[in-house]
Amino acid sequence: MSWIDTPYLLVTGLLTGVVFGVLLQKGGVTRYATIIGQFLFTDYTMLKIMLSAVVVGAIGVYGMLQLGLISHLLVKPALLAANAAGGLIFGVGMATLGYCPGTGVGACGEGSRRAMWGVAGMVTGAGIFTAMYPMLEKGFMKIGDRGKVTLADITGISPWVYIAALAVISLVLFNAIGRWERRQTA
Amino acid sequence: MNDATPGPLRRKRWSPFVVGTLIGVLSWITFLTMDKALGTSSSMVHVAGALQYPVSPGTVAGPEANSYFQKEINEKTPLIDWQVMLVIGLLIGAFVSSRLSGDRKAERVPSLWQWRFGPSEAKSYGWAFGGGAVMLFGARMAGGCTSGHGISGSLQLALSSWVFFFSMFASGVLTAFAIFGPGGRRHVVD
Repeated sequence: MSWIDTPYLLVTGLLTGVVFGVLLQKGGVTRYATIIGQFLFTDYTMLKIMLSAVVVGAIGVYGMLQLGLISHLLVKPALLAANAAGGLIFGVGMATLGYCPGTGVGACGEGSRRAMWGVAGMVTGAGIFTAMYPMLEKGFMKIGDRGKVTLADITGISPWVYIAALAVISLVLFNAIGRWERRQTA
Repeated sequence: MNDATPGPLRRKRWSPFVVGTLIGVLSWITFLTMDKALGTSSSMVHVAGALQYPVSPGTVAGPEANSYFQKEINEKTPLIDWQVMLVIGLLIGAFVSSRLSGDRKAERVPSLWQWRFGPSEAKSYGWAFGGGAVMLFGARMAGGCTSGHGISGSLQLALSSWVFFFSMFASGVLTAFAIFGPGGRRHVVD
């Protein structure tokens, strides 16, 4: 085990976190009502933030890859059973708690007592998964192992087609949400 | 707060589209200058390891260590790594942002929760703890959370992340409706 990262990564990690924390707090997603409101479809802040981050992020990251400014992506492995089951379990926990891991930590910074108990639970859940991992790693975690692939890799379609489609879908969705919101206030 | 504080930081809310765009731009910077992608949930494994180490060092570090600790805490991502610092920074950033705008909230029993389950703080905290545990268990099984998969992975068009995004969202919606019912929609108040 190694103990500590390079000074450069420690400092840049901290600064990145401060900016991320300010953004999540200003966005209002550090609030219980914002997260649960998304799942009950009364508040679309979470989807607006996530989709605009994904579209803007994708344009920049694939643009930099194309220009050779970065040499590789940082894709997580597709372990389809684990990705899907983990996502389902995650959703149950997130809708119960009312924060996700990042926004829960941000909510603690805002003073939320509920989020502080939530974060204590998160560390416990991480420990439980760690303890169970030796039982899962050879079997369940290997089901549907496709490696570190992107949608572009598996279909042979240019990533820019996906990015364009995502941008269009997001704009259509934002437009529909906007019309729905105006009807609510009218 | 003083006169030197920039105006935007004193505002309570920014447009979600501005926030999302800036998170996207922040991702460009982490890819370009740090060779990293935004994420938070692996850090919880590091914290769990740090807490377990004094009690049972051999299970956290060394050749006999738990295989997941070996996978998650190593040369590339040491115990106190980039992402652990990011999570500490996140706490600081949200604290400072809420202080500068006077937008603090010591949430104990959310109003929707109270409508459904009553005013007990112990009940609210107990379920928050359990929900957090289940959520992180799922995040580690899936290999990421709403930031690592939901934002960073989705923007790279990763197959794993889009599978996570849809299953997480569907499950969150079903769970929220199972807990609060359609009637709960009228009681979502911050």
